[in-house]
Amino acid sequence: MAKRVAIVGTGQTFHKSHRPDVNGQELINEAVLRALADADLKMKDIDAIVIGNMDHFEGINYVDCWSVDGSGGTMKPIIKLTTGGTTGCTVAIGGYHLVGSGMFDKVLIIGWEKNSESDTTGAITTAFDPVWDRLVFAGAISGLAAEAQAYIARYGASERDGARVSVRDRKHAMNNPHAQLRKEVSLEEVLASPMLADPIHLLDVCPRSDGACAVIMASEDIAEKICPKPDWIWATASRHSYSYLGDADYGRLTSMREGSQELWKKAGIREPRKELDVIELYQPYSFGGLIWIEDMGIVGPGEAPQYIWDGNTDMGGELPINPSGGVIATNPIGATGLIRCAEATMQVMGKAQGRQVPDVNFAFSSGFGGCWWTDMILHGNKKPN
Amino acid sequence: MSDQFQGIEPMVYKSKINVPYSWWAGDTASKFYITLRDEKKITGTKCAACNKVFLPPRKVCPSCFTENKEWVNISNEGTVITFTVARCQFAAIPSDKKVPVIWGMIKLDGADTAMLHYLDEIKPENVTIGMRVKAVFSEERKGTIRDISYFKPV
Ligand SMILES: [Zn+2]
Repeated sequence: MAKRVAIVGTGQTFHKSHRPDVNGQELINEAVLRALADADLKMKDIDAIVIGNMDHFEGINYVDCWSVDGSGGTMKPIIKLTTGGTTGCTVAIGGYHLVGSGMFDKVLIIGWEKNSESDTTGAITTAFDPVWDRLVFAGAISGLAAEAQAYIARYGASERDGARVSVRDRKHAMNNPHAQLRKEVSLEEVLASPMLADPIHLLDVCPRSDGACAVIMASEDIAEKICPKPDWIWATASRHSYSYLGDADYGRLTSMREGSQELWKKAGIREPRKELDVIELYQPYSFGGLIWIEDMGIVGPGEAPQYIWDGNTDMGGELPINPSGGVIATNPIGATGLIRCAEATMQVMGKAQGRQVPDVNFAFSSGFGGCWWTDMILHGNKKPN
Repeated sequence: MSDQFQGIEPMVYKSKINVPYSWWAGDTASKFYITLRDEKKITGTKCAACNKVFLPPRKVCPSCFTENKEWVNISNEGTVITFTVARCQFAAIPSDKKVPVIWGMIKLDGADTAMLHYLDEIKPENVTIGMRVKAVFSEERKGTIRDISYFKPV
């Protein structure tokens, strides 16, 4: 009964820091209508819906029900999935499972967030254990900073290496009309921006955004009838590595290493650096762009700074990373992972316009959560075996 | 986006949800916190199969999924695995801690996992990964992780 699955359409909003001109359902609706238009489908063609956003962010408990005006879910099977920062990637994996199971032919997947509606820090704090971690907490950025600090100590990297990643993503965002922050910055500007938590500067981290993204998946029976060049899902993986913050191997992302190994194995990829053509990495801060591509096996431990300084991950380089500008330019959290997926799809379909990487055979997209969990998707332009 | 308003004033409704919670620590964590409060001792659980000592103590080993039946004493001294210095007074930082707050992962001698806590009695610029630190217990202990006030250099 298992079916191969392809993405046949994507849509996203123009992401902004505030969208007081729409409520949550209307924001969702913008992305849904764009995805339907992209796939040339009508709402009646959709068999089921998967939707997700961050717990506590908008203070809406029953989002699957509340959102139907925007999602089109009235009297349709609709489920909500929420997994923190990985939510956008998880909803895509959930949709893949629904279509792959053979039980639904066409599934609409939605990730959304109105970050402007809540206290992000307060909401994110609920992701940490109340008895052990919350009482001695120092904010989500401090967890990332501790990872960066360990990586720097272990491999001799520097704040400049992190800043170079931020410069890259912010430059790439100039090519993406949907990105929230579209302003190039220099290495010096990143390093001169206020220190939030050593070694992370303000310009090393993502903003808060309002935005939504929608993706339509179809089974192999109809995918090519809907879309002449669909984006085939080759493999997905999801890994969780910790209960308490002290469990993690600081300086390495174990969940990324284990999950990406599963992807490469499933797809028969031996050299991801040569076989991948583009990466949309859920990278909420610059140093993740160094550490995590080593865990993916793109380069060896400690080799990412040189690889990035040499321009390999810039547009036109060997393996462009985040042509969209990535999370550092746009971060409506519940949508962020699905935007990575949609951007990878657009690259495979050849629809990425000013940010298109030529001749994409394989694309990788990911989600990253709270601290140290990772979801990921391998996209390809050929139908998997 | 203001061009999209087309002369309509967007209304924003402010609200606040106050949701009290009571988190039950459970047997395993309670035993740890009572020992910490009454005896100023740090303890952990040990997996007999993996030979791994967990701090925070866990009832079940996450690797082999068997029950951790043995309790062991853990040293008050350990090594800084990694750290950061929070430079902004983030809302998640307890109000009695003023920035710069040094926050680290400390692997105590005898434990196989690190614990999260604050470092103090040291300047931020002097903290290094690998440095040795020692627990300073609070005078007034209430059975929470803050019964350890902070860690200081040995
Ligand atoms: Zn075990």
